[in-house]
Formats: sequence, C-alpha cells, structure tokens
Amino acid sequence: MDGPGLYNYWIVMFLMLAGLYIVVASGNLIKKLVGLNVFQASVFLLYITMGKVDGGTAPIIAEGTTVYSNPLPHVLILTAIVVGVATTALGLALVVRINEAYGSIEEEELEEQEDPS
Amino acid sequence: MILANLPALQIVLPLLAAPLCVLFRREAISYAISLVTSWLSLAVAIALLQSVLASGPISYHFGGWAPPWGIEYRVDEVNAFVLLIVTAIGAVVISYAAPSVAKEVAQPRRYLFYTSYLLCLAGLLGVTITGDAFNVFVFLEISSLSSYILISLGQDRRALTAAYRYLIFGTIGATFYLIGVGLLYQVTGTLNIADLAQRIDPLIGNRTVRVAFVFVVVGVAMKAALFPLHIWLPSAYAYAPSVVTAFLAATATKVSIYVLLRIFLTVFGPEFAFDAYQLGYILMPFAIAAMFVGSAVAIFQLDIKRMLAYSSVAQIGYMVLGISLATSLGVTAGILHLFNHALIKGALFLAMGCVFYRIGSVQLADLAGIGKRMPWTMGAFVAGGLSLIGVPGTVGFISKWYLILAALEKGWWWIAVLILLSSLLAIIYVWRVVEVAYFKEAPEGGVKDDDGKGEAPLVMLVPTWALIVANVYFGLDTRVSVGTALQAAQSLMGAGG
Repeated sequence: MDGPGLYNYWIVMFLMLAGLYIVVASGNLIKKLVGLNVFQASVFLLYITMGKVDGGTAPIIAEGTTVYSNPLPHVLILTAIVVGVATTALGLALVVRINEAYGSIEEEELEEQEDPS
Repeated sequence: MILANLPALQIVLPLLAAPLCVLFRREAISYAISLVTSWLSLAVAIALLQSVLASGPISYHFGGWAPPWGIEYRVDEVNAFVLLIVTAIGAVVISYAAPSVAKEVAQPRRYLFYTSYLLCLAGLLGVTITGDAFNVFVFLEISSLSSYILISLGQDRRALTAAYRYLIFGTIGATFYLIGVGLLYQVTGTLNIADLAQRIDPLIGNRTVRVAFVFVVVGVAMKAALFPLHIWLPSAYAYAPSVVTAFLAATATKVSIYVLLRIFLTVFGPEFAFDAYQLGYILMPFAIAAMFVGSAVAIFQLDIKRMLAYSSVAQIGYMVLGISLATSLGVTAGILHLFNHALIKGALFLAMGCVFYRIGSVQLADLAGIGKRMPWTMGAFVAGGLSLIGVPGTVGFISKWYLILAALEKGWWWIAVLILLSSLLAIIYVWRVVEVAYFKEAPEGGVKDDDGKGEAPLVMLVPTWALIVANVYFGLDTRVSVGTALQAAQSLMGAGG
C-alpha cells in the first residue's frame, strides 16, 4: 500500500466524506445539494481512476500505441454524470418551489413552519 | 417476432409512451396513453411469466451482443413474478387514477403527472428485468427521479419538502450502490449479474468485495426503507397524491427488496451472504425492530396515510425477516409477502384515496361517521385492514403463516411469537380507524373541502374492490402465489453462488 501512488483514491475518499458531511451538517437546502454533488463527483473520480491504465491512451487503433485505458468505466460514468445533472436540476427546482411556498430554504425555519408547536 | 422481443417491450412500451404524453400536452390523451400502456405492460408481464414457468429463464441480448459484453435482460421465476406484481398494480392504479388526479393535481400539471407515472413504471420494470448491475443503477434513478416529481405534485406544501428529503436520501442510496458496483467491477471486471456471481465465488475473503457488499446493501436498503433507513418514507407517502402513494407503496419498495434478494442470493450467493458474513443475524434485529417500531409509531398517527406508511415500514420488516431466516422457506415467505403486501397496501391506499376524493382529508378525526356515508369504500378499508392484520381467508394470513412456518422450521419459536405480537399491534391501529369511521357520529357541517356526496365514483371503487377481491382470492387459493414464490425461492437459493 504505497500512499502517494494511489493519491487519486485518497482524493476520492476525501471528496466522498466531505460531500456526505456537507449533506448531513448543512441546514441550507442549496448547500445540501452542493454537498450531494461533491459526493457524486467523488464517485465519478473513482470510476475514472479505475479505468485509467498507466501510460495508456484512448482506445483508438493508431500506429505506435499498444497500451490503452479501459473505456468502459469512463462510458459508465458519462451516464452517471447525466443522472447527476438530472438529480441536481430536479433538486434545485424543488428548492425554488419550496422557497415560493415557505419563503425560506433553511431547514430549521422550514421545520418551524411545518410544526409550529 | 413480438414474442421474441417481449423482454424489451416490457421496458420500451412505457418508456416511449412517456414522451408521447409530453408531446400531446393534453390531460385526456395522456391519460388514455397511460391506461393503454399500463394494461399492455401487464399483458406482456403475464406472457413473460407463462413463458418462464413453461420453458425456463429467458435471456434477451440487446442489439445481439452476447453477455457479458452486451446488456442482457434476464427473466426468471423471481423477476417475472415481480414484473407481474408491478404491472398489475400499475394497471389497477391507473384505471383508478383519473378522478383522483383531477381532484388532487393542478390542471396544467396533469399531463406531466401521467408522464412521470409512465417513467416511474418503466424505471421499476427496468430495475426488475435487467441482468446488468450498472443498468440497475440507471433504471433505479429513472424510477426515483420520476417518483420525486410525483410526490412533489401533492397539494400540501409539505409534499415539496418530503420530495426534497426523499431526493437527498434516494440519491445517497443510489450513489452508494454505484460505489459498490464500481468496486465489484474493479475486482471482477464484469457488470453482468450472472457473470459477477461466478467470479465473486472464489473471492469470499477479498476485502474489496466485502466493502462493495456493504455499500451495495446499504444503498439499496435506503431505497427499500429498511429500518432504520426509512425516515424519508412516512412524509413522502403522507403528502403525495393518493394515486402516487398507492402506486409507490405497492411497487417501489417491493422492487428494492427484490434487488436486495438478487444481490444477496444471486450475485453473492447464499454461502457468501449467509454463511460467511452471517447476514441473517445482521438483518434480523433490524427486521424485528422495524416490525415493532413501525407498528407502534403507526398507532399514534393522526393522519391515516401516514399511519399506513409507518405500517409499510413494519411490513418491510416482515419481508426482510423472511429473507434473514436464510432458508428456502424463509425466502419463500419473503417473496410471498412482497406480493401480498402489494395487494394489501395498494387496496388500503386506494380506499383512502376514495375518502380523500369526497371529504378532502384523511385525518382520523375527519373520518367520523364515514362508514355510513361511504359503505363500500370503508368496507374495502376494513377488508384490507383485516388482511393487513392477517385474518384467515386473506393474503395477510398466508404471508404470516409461511413466515411462522419458516421460523418454526428453524426451531426459533420466539420469532413466531414476535410475529404474532406485532400483528396484535396492527389490530390496534386498524381498529382506531374502524372505531372512528363506524361508531362516531358525523360532525355537523362536515370537513372544509367536503363535497357532501355519498359514495366515491365507480371508476375508483371498482379498482379498489378488485384489489380486495384479489386479497381474498389469493388468500383462499394459494396455488398461483405460493407456487410461484416457492419456485422463485428455490431458484434463488439453488442457483446462487
């Protein structure tokens, strides 16, 4: 286990935990979505890293190249990115409507309005 | 030609019908499209189940690419059964939907409601039918994204926050699943479920596989609302439009449970999940806690939809309990309850939808005297409630009977006692509704949005009663449900690993 050689994975872990932390700890609905995005981005990086082969190029047959990166995780993560964009868009749309209905996007204030006791 | 492409049609039909609804932008046309598509999907599911029962699993290769390279749709006894449940509930619910949606969803959004419904159906069916682990993620997100929309269409503004909360939870769950699948791919180099199952076998001690297992299971358990990851569920069910609640309660969590079954028993295999990791002992406490906490909290709810939602948490506990017994009979009980609970909860939520249609509320206090005014609706609710409790002659009884049999087979009589005790809790919360509805006088002047009429329209009553009849029918004649569940459980327990 050599740390520096796997630094991409360390970044993945850092982003993953940071993202999750923001989702849990932040009371602002937009910030939560940002945290969710960071969390998802860490997974994108995980997939991209695992597909990369040292010194490999894009999998196109060309003279002089024999080492290729694995394209499959990269393609998969394209799909996941699209899903992530859709989720963010929907989340933001919901936040806009929550703001219209409650006049706030702070979780504490929303809870006060929902349960005024 | 059509027969050979049935597995693809199952997904393609609703997936193509959804954009059609957007193109027409008319409520009536979108409804007609949804109705026809739902019933066609049911026909496809029935044909698939018959073909599977007659001649074994179907493997469908997309674009002619052979697995494990291409994407494979694989239909066996287990998911053919789940497909049937999802499409049947979809068909019944959509037949019921028109008046209820007209009442609860604002006019300009109604065609979008039907679009989202079709997408949700396509997503759930896709999760069920696909034989590719990454494909499961994509379809899971299709169904989840559309169900967030469906929930946010509720009238109450709390529907928005409920949908938002579900979005956060659902996305974390799905991303966990994605991480798990990524790790599995890293170790095995494949995404095809059947291929994965073979390659994981020699890797029992591998740490990456173990971590992947945890990520996948936690991710899907969030979607399945397995206690204690159920927090998103009660609000989402309580504030969503009635039709959505009935549809999601009867299908979405069931499909997640199915995915759990697949992961445990097909991908990792019984030896891996139950023997090497003692998964049964990890799941069982949660399942039992769900049974009691869900039912106990349900007793104190004032909103009946929320009460039924908590009861769903408890019922998911029963399903997982069956699975956690780790025997063929236990898994049979789990799958059986998956089917039966879809019938029970579908019927109960539809009955509540009828009540909401007339009096504009499902608060317990507002239901006073409703039994006299809407005898058929409340009759359906009582029948569904009896089934929920597990009275003989209903499907609820069959589920609990098999669960108890499975527990006794292992010699764990205390589990059987716990099942009976938690059923007693169900009697309490069902009785609370019955008491208010039948033994209290209707209040003067009625509720705010009361339209003063008697029974709900026939369009809504007939589907509700269709589910109740199914409750009784499958409670008396268990050949189809038990037979299929048994076969499904055997193929899962035998084929895995």
